[in-house]
Amino acid sequence: MLIDNDVIFSRTKGLTENITHYCPGCTHGVIHRLVSEVLVELGVQDRTVGVAPVGCSVLAYNYYAVDFVEAAHGRAPATATGFKRVRPDMVVFTYQGDGDMASIGMGEIVHAANRGEKFTTIFVNNAIYGMTGGQMAPTTLPGHKTTTCPQGRDVTVVGYPIRMVELLSGLRTPAYLARVSVHSPMHIVAAKKAIRRAFQLQLEGRCFSLVEVLSTCPTNWGITPTAATKWLADNMIDYYPLGIYKDPDQEVG
Amino acid sequence: MAKKLMKGNEAIGEAAIAAGAINYFAYPITPQSEVAEYMTWRLPEVGGVFVQAESEVAVGNMLLGAASTGKRVFTTSSSPGISLMMEAISYMAGDHLPVVIVNITRGGPGLGGILPAQSDYFQAVKAGGHGDYHSIVLAPASVQEAVDLMILAFDLADTYRTPVIVMGDGMIGQMMESVEFPEKYHDPVNPETKDWPLTGAKGRKPRVIKSLFLDPKLLEKNSFDLAAKYAVIKAKEVRHELYKVSNKNRILITAYGTMARICQTAIDELEEEGISAGLFRPITLYPFPEKEIYQEAAKKNIEAILTVEMSMGQMIEDVERFIKGTKPIEFYGRTGGIVPTPNEVKDKVRQMLGAGK
Repeated sequence: MLIDNDVIFSRTKGLTENITHYCPGCTHGVIHRLVSEVLVELGVQDRTVGVAPVGCSVLAYNYYAVDFVEAAHGRAPATATGFKRVRPDMVVFTYQGDGDMASIGMGEIVHAANRGEKFTTIFVNNAIYGMTGGQMAPTTLPGHKTTTCPQGRDVTVVGYPIRMVELLSGLRTPAYLARVSVHSPMHIVAAKKAIRRAFQLQLEGRCFSLVEVLSTCPTNWGITPTAATKWLADNMIDYYPLGIYKDPDQEVG
Repeated sequence: MAKKLMKGNEAIGEAAIAAGAINYFAYPITPQSEVAEYMTWRLPEVGGVFVQAESEVAVGNMLLGAASTGKRVFTTSSSPGISLMMEAISYMAGDHLPVVIVNITRGGPGLGGILPAQSDYFQAVKAGGHGDYHSIVLAPASVQEAVDLMILAFDLADTYRTPVIVMGDGMIGQMMESVEFPEKYHDPVNPETKDWPLTGAKGRKPRVIKSLFLDPKLLEKNSFDLAAKYAVIKAKEVRHELYKVSNKNRILITAYGTMARICQTAIDELEEEGISAGLFRPITLYPFPEKEIYQEAAKKNIEAILTVEMSMGQMIEDVERFIKGTKPIEFYGRTGGIVPTPNEVKDKVRQMLGAGK
């Protein structure tokens, strides 16, 4: 039975009091919260280092209550490699968007994953460049209009969007690879579970872990926040199927 | 400790270990791949870390992450590889991170060649990457000095929290000379003794290492902070060496690294002919020994300055700048991996003095 003054829900201690700069309806805030909750629940907040990307979440260090280093654009997996190799006793994660990782940082993520670096990557895929104002990303869906493909992405000219989790699944080195979404409460619960598993495997020194989180960008998609979650559910999941793609303990896929 | 005969590249690797730097990130490139080959067996003996990265771009950014721990970290590479690291070097300068980068310089531009050169002076001394910053640049002229300057480089990087570049040309990396290491090796740095490394926010506020300042006032402040640091470095860390400098000299030769040693031979041989020349050898290329070169050049007996480089003339721009027009300056250089001989230097000096060949 609940007593009046029992606190049953509060801000996680993993986040600072700062108000985020994210646009209304952007899901970065939800993902920040999930990662922070996991770090607190695992009891590792005071030995964690985050690696910030270049993109909308470059200021992530203003919100996470953990030590942070800012990487150059796309290079977070290299920066995380350097840190984790020197301090294997610490927990290291990169937080990267789709432009940062799947475009300019493709080399660094593939090689870090293939070396089996023992850090965790949170890969936020909203299928567009947010901070620079809505340009086509390597993940932009076919036909989707952006400022650099105003007629819609033409796959005959720029190719199909890159599915990062599938691409990394082709590597033989053991890893944990999952794709989740945060467009509904049910999906948020599943997303947290995957994020927790990713950090748990890092703590055990088992493998590289990456969780791709499908995310919204109402501002640059040019639709309302509500329409954005619906658009994600209706369009993105078909092309980017959710699930666990690799787990060192299970045959999956 | 007893002297050992060692190849420059291997001695550079051992010197880093002597300095307590056991975290090494690198990508193979001629003419310095021996450093990685040496470190790949030597570092495990001392509990160190070696990652062979997928590219020099990754090396630079691994260094950035590794340096954020507060421990001593370094890489070795050669010219085209150093170009690829310039992104991260700019970031590390902006981040106030200590790191040592060794450039065993080869000829350029582009893919260039694999033989010794000094054509990366501009890149090393004038920032190289984007933004208002400098790296400290040290130029050894022998394998022993490469060892000594490696150890100094880590001390300077730690003291000033800045990138330090050790510029040895291909000859320094490839030649074998006898070297001596310190009796006692430096213990690896304990990050807990510093107030900036990322060690986990336990009992303190989280720390952030970054170079992004969206507020122009804060970005300007970071540039002012860097400039203030460079002012201290200029006041305290200038190093140079004189060879056969006297009031009989008619010509003052300026050269650094291996080129300076060749000029010493030329000076010795000119002396036998009755031509007196002295050598001014900058050891720190940044900070450049600007007051010292001015004073030496201003001496009455000096008729002209000769700058000799394994380049088309890069350091000469600083020499010109710092002697402030007090004396005429001439240049002699070969490039592309061709090293000027003592005879070529002697011919140039004779020609300057109107003495013919």
